[in-house]
Amino acid sequence: MEEILITGVGQIPAGEHWDSSLREMGAKAVRLALQNAGNPEPQALFVGNMLSMNISNQAHLATLIADRADLVGIEAATVEAGGASGGAAIRQAVLAVKSGLVDCAIALGVEKFTDKAGGELESALATNMDGDFEAMQGLTTTSQAAMLMQRYLMQYKAERSAFAGFALNAHKNGAGNPNAMFQKAIKADTYLKAEMVSEPLNMFDIAPFVDGAAAIVLTRSSLYKGSAQPVKVSASALSTDTLSLHDRVDVLEFRSVARCAQKAFDQAGLRPGQINLFEYDDQFGIFAALALEATGFCERGQAWKMALEDEIGVGGRLPCATFGGNKARGFAGGATGIYQAVEAVLQLRGDAKANQVPGATHAMIQGIGGPGSTCVSHILSKMES
Amino acid sequence: MEIARHWRLKQQRYGLVGEVCPHCDHKIFPPRDVCPNCGDEAKEPFNFSGQGEVFSFTTIYEAPAGFEANAPYTVALVKLDEGPMVTAQLTDLGEQPVEIGMPVEMVTRKMRNDGDERGVILYGYKFRPVLAGLR
Ligand SMILES: [Zn+2]
Repeated sequence: MEEILITGVGQIPAGEHWDSSLREMGAKAVRLALQNAGNPEPQALFVGNMLSMNISNQAHLATLIADRADLVGIEAATVEAGGASGGAAIRQAVLAVKSGLVDCAIALGVEKFTDKAGGELESALATNMDGDFEAMQGLTTTSQAAMLMQRYLMQYKAERSAFAGFALNAHKNGAGNPNAMFQKAIKADTYLKAEMVSEPLNMFDIAPFVDGAAAIVLTRSSLYKGSAQPVKVSASALSTDTLSLHDRVDVLEFRSVARCAQKAFDQAGLRPGQINLFEYDDQFGIFAALALEATGFCERGQAWKMALEDEIGVGGRLPCATFGGNKARGFAGGATGIYQAVEAVLQLRGDAKANQVPGATHAMIQGIGGPGSTCVSHILSKMES
Repeated sequence: MEIARHWRLKQQRYGLVGEVCPHCDHKIFPPRDVCPNCGDEAKEPFNFSGQGEVFSFTTIYEAPAGFEANAPYTVALVKLDEGPMVTAQLTDLGEQPVEIGMPVEMVTRKMRNDGDERGVILYGYKFRPVLAGLR
């Protein structure tokens, strides 16, 4: 059966790259992924990016990066879906390769956040909201998450400390990831004493904004000649909800996630219980909780218990954020979804070292744009040899 | 900057004018011309009372550019009495702690200065607490 394969992965460390530009970071990740794939000749480059037009005054990004990566002539286009941009670029690459119109495609995610900070960065991020009815009120992306968490704690009668498990797990796993921004475990006490950012969100409920780039190479199984064991794409889905929280009937139900996950499980012919690891989008701890619930890994109002009881640890029932997630690896906007893919491929290849999930066969990766406004999910699976 | 955009939205901003569905009486804000309840066309203007309650809230300390002078400020999802929810700043809070379920009412206030270019001051809706017994 013809499968869509991921034959190469590449990533640069997530962090503060003041010395390198968007194009340098992007081109480097592309080169690493092509090398890892055995230097095939790609025909298309899809670039996931969230805010280069705003933060770097740079549009037309895919052509710029193709140029810098010595791929002039190739088909190239940028894909933007807020924080889900990276996963959306993978989706475009899958569609292109699966259609037969493209034999080999690269999905790259790249983001440069650190050229702006403070109010300028908040303004840039706020362009992801409804400009007329949210950003106009001075809303920030952090405050959207804070309002969700406030409501969650009230509705499910959970303590403020309920969300500690997500941060603890992320930092523990970040310690085994040389590409993570934070590579040190934290104590429960550190979480509880952390500085409040936007009540009830504290600084450990929020992922740090970092620069980063990661890339993967995709092709069809009938064209693959390499000897290394590739990973196949078992499912690829993207769904939306209303852009704004205020337009939802039930704000604590991430319906884009529920729809998207259902499509992915149907495509792969899998149930949630058959997923061995889940790279969720933990830009905020509350997003991770609502994603676990909407994807069907636990009942509504229960996700924080999964985290506190360490069911999401590398040895747990459903390992999550196995390389630190956004919280410890760092949130790199449009690059995030591709970092997730790279990390899942390392797990499925058995190359995850200290963070290896035993017997990893099926990995789900999921990106979220806005407060659940867009969701993109992929299921990646080990090829039966 | 963006003067035409602000002019276009002045009704919604100053008066909380939305729409009502002529088919199922569903009240709509912000206006979208299609009823989210029944899916039919809904362009009939509707003046909201401006009364509602806090559904959720938080405080912003690190504000976007243009809003720094107001920080810290409290934002909320306000559930209007007629049904829809709006995102808005809370104002006139004094020492009063904000709670989910707190009754609030709409007022028109200065939102931000776009003063760097043409001295445009933007006004829009905010919500303030309703004193107990006044509703
Ligand atoms: Zn209707």
